[in-house]
Amino acid sequence: MLELRELYQQIILDHNRAPRNFRELEGANRVAQGTNPLCGDKLHIYLRIDEADVIEEVAFQGSGCAISKASASLMTEAVKGRTTSQAGEMFGEFHRMVTGCDGEADLEKLGKLAAFSGVKQFPARVKCASLCWHALRAAIENDAALVSTE
Amino acid sequence: MNVGLGSVVSPDRSLANARTGFDVERVRRDFPILDREVNGQPLVYLDNAATAQKPRSVIDAISRYYSNENANIHRGVHYLSEHATAAYEAVREKARAFLGAADRREIVFVRGTTDAINLVAHSYLRSRLRQGDEIVVSAMEHHSNIVPWQLLCAESGANLRVIPMTEAGELILDAYEGLLSKRTKMVAVGHISNALGTVNSVKWIAARARERGIAVLVDGAQAAPHLPIDVCDLGCDFYAVSGHKMFGPTGIGLLYGRAELLEAMSPYQGGGDMIETVSFDGSTYARIPSKFEAGTPNIAGVVGLGAAIDYLGSVDIASMLEYEDQLLRYAIDQIGGVKGVRLIGTAREKMGVVSFLVDGIHAHDVGTIADQQGVAIRTGHHCAQPVMDFYGVAATARASFALYNTKAEVDCLVAALGRAREVFA
Repeated sequence: MLELRELYQQIILDHNRAPRNFRELEGANRVAQGTNPLCGDKLHIYLRIDEADVIEEVAFQGSGCAISKASASLMTEAVKGRTTSQAGEMFGEFHRMVTGCDGEADLEKLGKLAAFSGVKQFPARVKCASLCWHALRAAIENDAALVSTE
Repeated sequence: MNVGLGSVVSPDRSLANARTGFDVERVRRDFPILDREVNGQPLVYLDNAATAQKPRSVIDAISRYYSNENANIHRGVHYLSEHATAAYEAVREKARAFLGAADRREIVFVRGTTDAINLVAHSYLRSRLRQGDEIVVSAMEHHSNIVPWQLLCAESGANLRVIPMTEAGELILDAYEGLLSKRTKMVAVGHISNALGTVNSVKWIAARARERGIAVLVDGAQAAPHLPIDVCDLGCDFYAVSGHKMFGPTGIGLLYGRAELLEAMSPYQGGGDMIETVSFDGSTYARIPSKFEAGTPNIAGVVGLGAAIDYLGSVDIASMLEYEDQLLRYAIDQIGGVKGVRLIGTAREKMGVVSFLVDGIHAHDVGTIADQQGVAIRTGHHCAQPVMDFYGVAATARASFALYNTKAEVDCLVAALGRAREVFA
């Protein structure tokens, strides 16, 4: 099952089993919740952003499928220590990669996130992979509305 | 059946058929889509509770209608129009017989079960509901048999009461009786649960309500493909089915309503065909059932539904019931036997559905892996979020069966579950 291996790569299975930064964050100054109503994925994203707009700390809680959990875990590793605008750019590349829209994604820039390149072949799972990024953006923009993939 | 690599053929399948007299291979040949492949594998379609596949006779009837017979109904004097009208009304009579209704005027063509329930909520219940009145639904309802009533409650100040269920997914009937009071104006309950497969004692439920002069609506969407229906015997006031779940096309359904109720009800949608006279000083409405059929209906859908009713009529129901029961027991046994699987919905009386969880693997991931093996199951809340909440889960995986499914197909699903456990080990 070559295609399955492309979706459920070892790194994704690993991050699903042992998600990084999987906790609430004390002293978080930005919080957002995201949900995928179709399948019940639910994520809370916690951020601590400093005056230079650097994401000092990022963490998440929630429940959901392997893709959503691994994506959130890898996202927290990728954006920690970056500025909010760098994180925004990364979201753009990530979105390009998983949807196959807007041209070729820069897989170099994405680093470990390139593990999700297989999601493109599974359109039903794109929302699972991108849920955490939508919630991240909402948290950064301090948008209090509940983020939904619908 | 096109048996591809990786699927397991149950060796005693032909023996089982001989016992029950149900020739599933012959039935499968009636359904063209069952021959196709998905992701390089033979299609194993186990999502029948979401929608059923269509026999060639239904597909052909619709195609023939558009190729040869299409015209608008009820108003024309030309040949095609009269022919189409006759075909349309002939299906109404077929539907009457299918549901066991006494009078063809008690059959309304609607878009589906959801449409039917909204019609009853709007045209029957709305004007009767006062602040503090109550509507009773069950804990295992599909959203379509919850939300229309909630909309009415919000508007009128009435309250929704819920018949509780056990962990096994069986309604607690004593508690149901306890819910009925002078304030109860409607009991709305599903015949078979789409999330759990539970078959509810709707005849008994209806009798307790009728004793107290309370109207009863039964959601029969999941029952129509599996059970013979007799609305007079059930004693309900309204019964709703969806064409697409009973091997007919989408966009068509039936609402049965007792004649005296339908006659007293206000119209649902206004427009052509549901009127007698129209002037700017006022309009008068048609008699039932036309009163509830505004605008040009889904004529092709009605034609297709008629062909679906004919198809079900050509099947020996007794042997179909026995076959489906054996298949379900096999599925429960095999799926439940996979390590790490927890069955959701274990009522003693069940039809058509096996809902389950796999330990450590989200339903969504189970569904994707099954899909890679050509196996179509549904994952999610199945439009029954309250059921999910009851079991404390966000989603389940659901395999749902129809008369063309086989034990070999159950084996394919079980193999896919094994694969999922390998991937996530």
